[in-house]
Amino acid sequence: MEPNKLSEWQKEILQEVGNIGAGNAATSLSVLLNERIDMQIPSVQVVPFEDVVDLVGGPEQPMVAILFQIQGDTAGMVYFLLTREEANYLIHKLFPDAEGEVDFQTVPNDMLLSVLQEAGNIIVGSYLTALSDFINIHIHPSVPQVLMDMAGAILSIGLMELSPYTDDAIIIDTKMNDVGEANKMSGQILLLPTPDSFKKIFQALGVSDHD
Amino acid sequence: MTKLQTIVKVGISDMNIVQTPDVIRTSGLGSCVGVVIYDARNGIGGLAHIMLPDSSLAKQKNIHVAKYADTAVAALVEKLILAGARKYKLQAKLAGGAQMFQLSSGSDIMRIGPRNVDAVTEKLHELRIPIIASDVGGNCGRTIEFDPETGKLLIRTVNQGESYI
Repeated sequence: MEPNKLSEWQKEILQEVGNIGAGNAATSLSVLLNERIDMQIPSVQVVPFEDVVDLVGGPEQPMVAILFQIQGDTAGMVYFLLTREEANYLIHKLFPDAEGEVDFQTVPNDMLLSVLQEAGNIIVGSYLTALSDFINIHIHPSVPQVLMDMAGAILSIGLMELSPYTDDAIIIDTKMNDVGEANKMSGQILLLPTPDSFKKIFQALGVSDHD
Repeated sequence: MTKLQTIVKVGISDMNIVQTPDVIRTSGLGSCVGVVIYDARNGIGGLAHIMLPDSSLAKQKNIHVAKYADTAVAALVEKLILAGARKYKLQAKLAGGAQMFQLSSGSDIMRIGPRNVDAVTEKLHELRIPIIASDVGGNCGRTIEFDPETGKLLIRTVNQGESYI
């Protein structure tokens, strides 16, 4: 289906889908950090490819991304996005003995990478599990890949698979942040399903394609 | 009076052309390829930010020409010639085509970077446009900026700083 033909009603459904995933992911993050995590209501946006990077601060914005392919009954990509500072906070909070920090100039050591991968696994895993249960389809994340690079280079990976079908992406965007004293952690989960998977989602939920 | 220099920005799966003294830029190339085609003598240059190797992959009715290597290169050349560039003076520079995604899934997006580079190279060869310089492959993102006055292409990465080709 063409993303720009998404009806308001369908958008609301996707938002609810995102909400359920995000609630679970925020809980996981909260348990991991032992801090209170607030989550914003996810937004569902239909954006032209070139504007996708504006959701995260422009194409050149350096960022730490933990990305997963969605496998199973549907396809797509999920990103857990952090700034460098947030990534380091997360790493050292989870694993106080970890040596060094991640930055954009050097290749991080294996320990830092695995902590990030594992945190991503837990957060994105709980996000997708919630979606999977709610929609009643079988989806799970691939092994994670950590990338530290420009937003454009990172997000275009997810757009590649949509690219033959469309010039617009449907993005379910979730922002989370901790509250209280720490206030050092926020994270963003971007879900980029392929056009094909929306059909499956709507079908599984008993929503007609043409409302 | 000299004209102020403007930086023309090209988004993903888009293209444009500039004339001296303006420069043209695209940011955050990953597996995408940035192809610059220019006529140095006449101070005209164009840039396309290409996502996919071939328009036969398209599953849309209306093909977005700047998205695919084959259609983008042809359209960019046409645009340049309309703007006064000489066909036989045209030269090209390439950057991008990195392999960002390392996950093994048998998915086509795994090798899309090198395939994009091959497709652009082949199309330029077919149009007899020589490739003067390129910075392709690897696994990092690039921002590129071309100045038709000098014919130089600035390449910026997050971890290796800046260089010119």
